[in-house]
Amino acid sequence: MTTTDGVIEAPAFVRRNTFIELNARARAQSLMDPGSWRELVGPFDRIQSPWLAAQNIAPQFDDGCVVLKGKIAGKSVVVIALDGGFQAGSMGEVSGAKMATALDLAAADSEHGKQTAAVLLLETGGVRLQEANLGLAVIAEIISSVLRLRQYAPVITVISGTVGCFGGMSLVAGLSSYVIMTPEARLGLNGAEVIEQESGIDEFESSDRDLIWAIDGGEQRVGMGVADLLVNDDSGEIAAGVRRFLNSEPPRVYRSQQVDLYRERIAALDTSAQIDPHSIREAWGRKEGAR
Amino acid sequence: MENLEFNYPSANRQVTGRSHVGVAGSGDMELLMQPSETSEAHVSVLTSVNGFGHAWKAVMDRFFSKYDGAVRIEINDAGATPGIVMLRLEQAVEALGK
Amino acid sequence: MSGQPRVRGREWFQALTGVNAPMEQDPASVLTADAKLGDEVARFLCVVPDPQGRFPCARRGEVGLEEAYTLAHRVREVGTRDADAKKAPIVAIVDVKSQAYGRREETAAIFLAAAAAGDAYATARMEGHPLIALVVGHAISGGFLTHGYQANRILAFDDAGVVIHAMHKEAAARITLRSVADLERIGHEILPMSYDVKDFAKLGVLSHILHVENPDVPSPATVAQVRQALIASIADARSGSTDLVNRIESAGALEWRKAGQAARTLMKEQWEAAQ
Repeated sequence: MTTTDGVIEAPAFVRRNTFIELNARARAQSLMDPGSWRELVGPFDRIQSPWLAAQNIAPQFDDGCVVLKGKIAGKSVVVIALDGGFQAGSMGEVSGAKMATALDLAAADSEHGKQTAAVLLLETGGVRLQEANLGLAVIAEIISSVLRLRQYAPVITVISGTVGCFGGMSLVAGLSSYVIMTPEARLGLNGAEVIEQESGIDEFESSDRDLIWAIDGGEQRVGMGVADLLVNDDSGEIAAGVRRFLNSEPPRVYRSQQVDLYRERIAALDTSAQIDPHSIREAWGRKEGAR
Repeated sequence: MENLEFNYPSANRQVTGRSHVGVAGSGDMELLMQPSETSEAHVSVLTSVNGFGHAWKAVMDRFFSKYDGAVRIEINDAGATPGIVMLRLEQAVEALGK
Repeated sequence: MSGQPRVRGREWFQALTGVNAPMEQDPASVLTADAKLGDEVARFLCVVPDPQGRFPCARRGEVGLEEAYTLAHRVREVGTRDADAKKAPIVAIVDVKSQAYGRREETAAIFLAAAAAGDAYATARMEGHPLIALVVGHAISGGFLTHGYQANRILAFDDAGVVIHAMHKEAAARITLRSVADLERIGHEILPMSYDVKDFAKLGVLSHILHVENPDVPSPATVAQVRQALIASIADARSGSTDLVNRIESAGALEWRKAGQAARTLMKEQWEAAQ
């Protein structure tokens, strides 16, 4: 719409450069210095899952994992983005091998003096059940690779939604140097549907979306101190968050190594009833000595 | 799963570049478009929805009635409608030069 | 799920260490002991059912919040103790139904607890502690990622009571809307989906599959056999690297993880070219 003097002023929600609506490849590209990146083992290389067609599932040419090597703010990085639109971003033999190898190569470069960070765009339900044990095995390998790289360079996880980060890949988020989330994003090991299925609807009613976000949502995870930065669904904001963490010193102590702190926190929980998300946020939220 | 192949000898204009569009998610399809190794167009489709060979042929015939590039097209299909198939083909052509 | 497979963890922990109680101040669901193994002292860890546990969804041998953080604590303790000494072996006896599927766990960020245990185990391995997983029963999903899957060497019994998988059969059937029989059939056609430990062994992730008599109630001879296998694995681990490369370079991996291998090889080539 135009005003009488020809100036078009769109409202903020229209101006916003949504990150969530971009596909995995576009998300990864949006974070990187223009022209600085190259895709590795991309769709034209056609390394696909050997397990899906036999189960009447169409494979994807990149197996749902995009690897871009290049620069962010002049620093060497590899960005690894999972495609939530393909099998819910789940880890299979090939997508997992791509992520693990990229992390290993970044670590090798870093060990030889060329520090190379990793940015993980985790949009994933975890193991691809159609590849079950190969998916689980490769997640164990990715965990190992993250821990190796983390010694030399930041491993920054971005969870933006809509799939969120669940299953074995939530451990990867837990091990990361820094975690960025949007309010739309969710981070959890199990997710409501699996809890309802395994432990009953009284344990978790998976249709209760407010409850899901109250527990797993970005605001809650950042608020309770198990993720680092809450940003809007905006490519610019997310890119700025990534750059900030790339330029930060590594955490003094990684969250996944704060075992004494979390043992105390768990011991202090009243487990006689369900735990109120607000009170855990109050109790655990950013305080002196915690991250 | 079904494998379908189509050839279009009339599509013999040399092209350069390559493109990749779409996603092999439910109700959608993914497509690679590259210059053909021969002087005609070849299409390979891997689809998880069987029994629609005639519908695929109809879409491809319609597409190549307007497009003459000698391209190799490979498709992973997870149940796209003819409308989406045509959309993806057109997006691939547009992205070819970029 | 029947009780039998989940008792094995305790049986084997006791058989190998002589101990049947947690360390002081630990929850009853995590057994930890330092015990002789060959001419060394190894730290053994096991997660077991605790019907009186504080967390209702972690009472039947699931790995929950307390279990994960206790494992992390007891593993890190070995690292600290041995910082300037010979790195003691660490043996994870694995018989875990799964991770704990509860709302309390989700609220209190069990993903981080699991990450902490994985971190502790992997860090110990990277520091040079031979880390061995002995799968005596179930090793499922997040439970296995948390306890055992970071090991240098994984040993498992060749037995129907040993199930290594991403999701236990009944849950996988529910979530994929198939029958258990269907899933078993698919497992025969698609190797990584099999619930049979002999099929898992083909993938090349296991270092040894052990044929033992009566794993539910092991005889002294059987225990001695397993001790020997553990001692051999420790020596083997010490002679190798502290990463998990042996899993992807095994004969099984070369046979069954070819596409992953192709991705690795191509990525290395392209990475060099993109420098």
